[in-house]
Amino acid sequence: MLAISELRKAYGSIVAVDGVSFSLERGRLLGLLGPNGAGKSTTVSMIAGLVTPDHGTVTIDGVRLSGDTDPVKRRIGLVPQDLALYDELSARANLQLFGALYGLSSKALSESISNSLALVGLSDRAHDRVKTFSGGMKRRLNLAAGLLHDPDVLLLDEPTVGVDPQSRNAIFENLEQLKARGKALLYTTHYMEEAERLADRIIVMDHGRVLADDTLDGLRSRRAGAAGGSASLESLFLELTGRSLRD
Amino acid sequence: MAAYVALVRKDLQIFFGDRRAVILTLAVPIAIASFFGAIFSGAGGGGNSEPAKIAVIVVDDDRSSISTAIVAGMQKDSALEVSAAPLDHARAAVQNGTTAVAVVIPSGFGGAAGRAFLAGGERPEIGVLFDPSRAAEVSMVRGMLTGHVMEAVGQEMFSGVQGRAFVDEALANIDAIDVPSEQRETLRTLLQSVQRFNQTGGVSGTQGLMTVPYSVKENAVTSGTGVAYNSYAHAFAGMGVQFLFFAGIDLGMGILLERERGLWKRFRSAPVSRFTMLGARAMSGTLLTLLTLLVSFGFAMAVFGVRIQGSIAGFALVALACSIMAATFGLLVSALGRTAAATRRVATLAVLIMVMLGGAWVPSFIFPAWLQKVTVVIPARWAVDGLDAMTWRGLGLQAALMPALVMLLFSVIFGVLTLWKFRWDEA
Repeated sequence: MLAISELRKAYGSIVAVDGVSFSLERGRLLGLLGPNGAGKSTTVSMIAGLVTPDHGTVTIDGVRLSGDTDPVKRRIGLVPQDLALYDELSARANLQLFGALYGLSSKALSESISNSLALVGLSDRAHDRVKTFSGGMKRRLNLAAGLLHDPDVLLLDEPTVGVDPQSRNAIFENLEQLKARGKALLYTTHYMEEAERLADRIIVMDHGRVLADDTLDGLRSRRAGAAGGSASLESLFLELTGRSLRD
Repeated sequence: MAAYVALVRKDLQIFFGDRRAVILTLAVPIAIASFFGAIFSGAGGGGNSEPAKIAVIVVDDDRSSISTAIVAGMQKDSALEVSAAPLDHARAAVQNGTTAVAVVIPSGFGGAAGRAFLAGGERPEIGVLFDPSRAAEVSMVRGMLTGHVMEAVGQEMFSGVQGRAFVDEALANIDAIDVPSEQRETLRTLLQSVQRFNQTGGVSGTQGLMTVPYSVKENAVTSGTGVAYNSYAHAFAGMGVQFLFFAGIDLGMGILLERERGLWKRFRSAPVSRFTMLGARAMSGTLLTLLTLLVSFGFAMAVFGVRIQGSIAGFALVALACSIMAATFGLLVSALGRTAAATRRVATLAVLIMVMLGGAWVPSFIFPAWLQKVTVVIPARWAVDGLDAMTWRGLGLQAALMPALVMLLFSVIFGVLTLWKFRWDEA
C-alpha cells in the first residue's frame, strides 16, 4: 500500500535522511526505530507532506504523493508526537476543525467524530475543554484526530510519550483494532517493548539510513544466529546502532 | 472552502471562549484612548475649549505703576494663571516643577523702562526663571510678557503720572542726547506734543494709546461651522490603530504557538492549500481587529460624543483597510519570527515605534518638518490620518480613498513578504 523509495533530505550540509526505501502493507504495523537524530521523524514528515524531500518518492497504491492539496493526502493520517490540540476548545470542536481540513462536513463529520471518540474511549468527554483532560486522555484524543477521515495509512510519531500504563495499553488496543480493520500503521518509538508487542516488521534507522528491515524473529536470527533466538530487541538495537550517546 | 471556514471559526471560538481576554482586548484601548483624549481635550473637557493655563509666578520688586500694570495685564491673560510670590518661593516652585516660569520684575524697572522707551536709556532686565524641561511654555510666556510690558509702558507714557514725569525729564535732557540736531528737534517736537496731550488729561479708561495693535479671533476649523473639535476622536483613532497592530501581533503569536504545539503538522498533513491556511488567519484577524476598532469607536461615540462627521462609507473603508493591514502585519510577524516569546518583544517594539511615528500618540503635525515627510512610509500614519479625516475633520469619501489604498498596498507588501519568508516545512 505505502511505498517509500530513495527518500533523501538534507539541511545544509547535514543529511537527515539518505536513500530510505521501504514498503508497508494493509493490516500491518511497521515499527520505525532509531536513536535521536536517526531520521525517523524527518522520514515520517516527508511521508505526511510536512517536508518536501530533496529526492525520492512516496506512493500509495502506486499513486505518487505530490503537492499541498494532493487528494492522496486524504489516505494518510498523522498522529504527531506533539499533543497537537487546542486546549481552549472542546474535544468535539477540535475534531470538527481537523475533520473539516479533510473536507468532512455535517453528518459525515459528526459520525466520524462519534466513532473516533468511541474508539479512544472519550465519548463522554466530547464537550469538555481539552485543557481539563489528563495527559493520557490528550494522547488518545490526539490519536482520534488522526483517524477522523478514515485514512488507509496511519503515521504515528511516538504516540505514547508521557502517558501512564493504562492509557498506553488503551492506545495499543486501539492500534490493534485499526490493524484488524486493514489499516497500514507506521509507528516510530523509542520504547522497544512497544515495537516488540505491536510491530509485524521493524526498521532500524541511524544517521539517516536504514540499517535493518525485518521481522523481530528475522532480526534475531540475522544478528545473533542460533544463539540469539531469545535476544531482546533492545540488545539487537544497541548492537546495530552502537552505545555512544546521542544528543 | 470547508477548511477555510473551519479555520476562521476556530480562531473566533478561541477568542470569544476566553471572556477575560475579550474584555481586556476591548477595554484596554478604550481606557488608554480615554486617557489621551482627556489630556488633549483642554480644561473644558472637550470641544473647542481653552487649553490648560500656564502657571506663572510674578515677583514684583518694583511696585511701580508700570510693574503693577504689567502684572495686571498678565492676570487678565486667559492663557496664564498668575500668582505673586517672593523670589525664594518662586525659585523653589520652578525647581520642584510646580510652575514652569517665574517672572522677576526688579526694583526700578518702571523708571528705567520709561527712560529707555523715550530717551534711549539703558534697558532694564526682567528676570525669567524657567523649568528647562518645559521649554515650549517658556517660549509662550516670553512672547506674552513682551506684549504686556509694551502695553504697560506705552500706556504709562500717555496717561500715567510716572509717564508725565518721564516726558518732562526727557525734554529737560534732550540736548544731551547724541543724535543729529535735525533729529533732536523732531524728537523735541514729538515729546512736547506728548506733554501737551498729557496736560489735557491724557487717556482715560482702558482703551489707551500704545496698545498691542491687534486682537486674535480664534476659529477652530473642524467639520463645519460651530462644530466643536472632539479630541477623543483623534485619541481613539490613534489608540485604536495601536491596538489593531497589537492584535496583529497576537495573531502572529498564535501562529507561532500553533507551530510550537505541533498543530501546523496537522494543517500541513491535510490536503489544504497554503492560501487557505494563511488566508483564513488573515480573515479571522481582520474580523477580530475590525471588531476591536468598531467597539472602541462605538464607546467613544456613546460616551464622548465622537461623531463620524465625514463619510460613513469612507470610515468603513478606512476601518476595513486598517484591519486588513493589521492582520497581514500579524502574518508577517509569524513568518519572520522563530519563537513566540522572542518575537513578541521585537514585534511590540516595532509597533510602538511605528505608531509613535505614525501620530497615534500625538498628532504628527507637531513633528519636525523632515519627520513629517519621512513618516509617510509608516503604515500607522495613514491609518490615523484616514480615521481623523472621516471623524473630526469631516471630510468626504474622496479623502478616505488614498489612505485606504495605501493601507491595502501595505497589506499586499506584508502578504507577499509573508509568502516569501513563511516556513512551510514542519520537520
